[in-house]
Amino acid sequence: MLSIKNLHVSIEGKDILKGINLDVKPGEVHAIMGPNGAGKSTLASVLAGRDLYNVTEGEVLFQGKDLLDMEPEDRAKEGIFLGFQYPIEIPGVSTVNFMKTAVNEHRKYKGLDPLSASDFLKLMREKKSLVEIDSKLTNRSVNEGFSGGEKKKNEIFQMAMLEPKLAVLDETDSGLDIDALRVVANGVNKLKTRDNATIVITHYQRLLDYIVPDVVHVLYDGRIVKTAGKELALELEEKGYDWIKEENGK
Amino acid sequence: MAKEEQDKILNEVTESEYKYGFVTDIENDDIGKGLNEDIIRMISAKKKEPKFMLDFRLKAYRHWKTMKMPEWAYLDIPEIDYQDIIYYSTPKQKAKLESMDDVDPEIRATFDKLGIPLDEQKILANVAVDVVMDSSSVKTTFKEALAEKGIIFCSFSEAVQDHPDLIQEYMGTVVPIQDNFFAALNSAVFSDGSFVYIPKGVRCPMELSTYFRINAENTGQFERTLIVCEEESYVSYLEGCTAPMRDENQLHAAIVEIIVKDNSEVKYSTVQNWYPGDKNGKGGIYNFVTKRGICEGVNSKLMWAQVETGSAVTWKYPSTILKGDGSSSEFYSVAVTNNHQQADTGTKMIHIGNNTKSTIISKGISAGKSNNSYRGLVKVAKNCEGARNFSQCDSLLLGDKCGAHTFPYLEIGNQSAKVEHEATTSKIGEDQIFYCNQRGINTEDAIGLIVNGYAKEVINKMPMEFAVEAQKLLQISLEGSVG
Repeated sequence: MLSIKNLHVSIEGKDILKGINLDVKPGEVHAIMGPNGAGKSTLASVLAGRDLYNVTEGEVLFQGKDLLDMEPEDRAKEGIFLGFQYPIEIPGVSTVNFMKTAVNEHRKYKGLDPLSASDFLKLMREKKSLVEIDSKLTNRSVNEGFSGGEKKKNEIFQMAMLEPKLAVLDETDSGLDIDALRVVANGVNKLKTRDNATIVITHYQRLLDYIVPDVVHVLYDGRIVKTAGKELALELEEKGYDWIKEENGK
Repeated sequence: MAKEEQDKILNEVTESEYKYGFVTDIENDDIGKGLNEDIIRMISAKKKEPKFMLDFRLKAYRHWKTMKMPEWAYLDIPEIDYQDIIYYSTPKQKAKLESMDDVDPEIRATFDKLGIPLDEQKILANVAVDVVMDSSSVKTTFKEALAEKGIIFCSFSEAVQDHPDLIQEYMGTVVPIQDNFFAALNSAVFSDGSFVYIPKGVRCPMELSTYFRINAENTGQFERTLIVCEEESYVSYLEGCTAPMRDENQLHAAIVEIIVKDNSEVKYSTVQNWYPGDKNGKGGIYNFVTKRGICEGVNSKLMWAQVETGSAVTWKYPSTILKGDGSSSEFYSVAVTNNHQQADTGTKMIHIGNNTKSTIISKGISAGKSNNSYRGLVKVAKNCEGARNFSQCDSLLLGDKCGAHTFPYLEIGNQSAKVEHEATTSKIGEDQIFYCNQRGINTEDAIGLIVNGYAKEVINKMPMEFAVEAQKLLQISLEGSVG
């Protein structure tokens, strides 16, 4: 589904990613862990198409298509969803209107007619109960005045609405209390199918108690330095990142 | 967003075309260029006006000659040659319109194209329309239905013929001829416009609306609107305007006067979409407008709601004189400038009566190389007790070549007044646009969403049909202007 080969990325002349290789297949959950500054969020942003970054080398194929050649909105419509580490507030724009626009753009891309107002509201009701988000939130402007936890729940709600093939969740656990964490993780688990895949980016092992990964990668200094099963996450939790740093000569 | 990308998108502004820029091929009856007393006598004669009207015009003209164009606004306007303008031009058609069939088919087609069908059966059932093309009113709909309630809604010219007493009593009482340069000019040469009279105790059952269209070349449009609301009455009035795309600038100088008596309420909404000129600032309408209402009676109310997206230059300050005790006024404005457009707009709230209240919500949106200024005065008279004002002026910038400015003036003559002013300036964030992109919404649509969200407070104050129109207009006006 996703194939990253030798990806090099820099920002303002500074190299951030220095040759990433990663393969994600349908049905898989990958966790990418690593210390602060390793390049985790950069990887997520580059996949989503944020143009602050320069790709200097390498390629990314998504379902056989050259992802780096696509506009961000087309990547989204091809099925890539980014759960933002810091979801953005859009004052005055209702969540309903925002989601309706987004859902219908996705449908248009697939050659489908836009949803009628009643079908759309029905879809919203379904997905709201699936991810346990309160109508109080979806009735407000997009993320405006939301707490950290509410914003993250809203990301998962949007993910449910858009049914992506590949969800990249960037530090979705940061700033969450244990209840919110459970709600968010449950949402992700419920949305999992054999055909879609998830990349969970996290600093802590905690989230992985709830979202169990098939593969864990350690990203350090712009490279994936270790790949193993879910037990690697526990090892990191126990020993911290220092041994990784030592192994890699810093 | 990368610099090149930004530039590219900014350049794309040029692609966004003005939808209403076509010209109707119709023969016009005009009086030639130039302005002098003979021209004014000719206009008055063509309109078969009573003597008081001609005297009013001549007095205004003589005063205007002593005046200079105001220069205090934050606007850069090339010199206007007032002798190079045609002051009266009217589409040639049958003298008297008995029914729809009498309207020239070309004119009907024009308004159909603009989405303003003149056929009563086809119009939204609850909006009556007066249509003004160049210097003349073409057609007023639902006149008879309104007359049954004693409501007068007709073109200004008809009102001068049919209701001279009312015109003589109220015209020039809110905006006197010597008020300012453009008001004096309008008073001398005004051509047509609308007249509304709501009798005591009547709630106007439908929205009244005037649609202004400039068509003829080298012509100025000088319309005049007068609204009189007797005690315990209510009316909601809308105006819209468009013009063809031309390389020359065209002058528009209008006057609106509103009189609101005891316990009455007027809502006045504007969607101003005159041709703004091209991407290089060539052509476009110079829009100099004096709009003022007086809340004369106790507990009277006047609300202004405006969405200003058009014109090369806008100079406009819809104002309210709060004379009656307990009267109140609200001003809601969204002004959008793009490319080389310039707007200096705002309001004046003059508190005279006791316990008078005013609210000002102004949202400026600047893009391209445009300049957008808010200029507002809140004045509380010496003997006015318990006045309250709340002002909020927000500016939103798209790109880094545009300007937003705020000029608030406060003149508080009484200690008991409570006046609050808030102002913010923000840029549409790249973060916000990227967030929308990531959900599958392209940048144009994202800006439309964000800008409409920003302007929602104002748009919500407009009647439904207008609000929808205004939303579309905001998006079109800003097409391609990302920052």
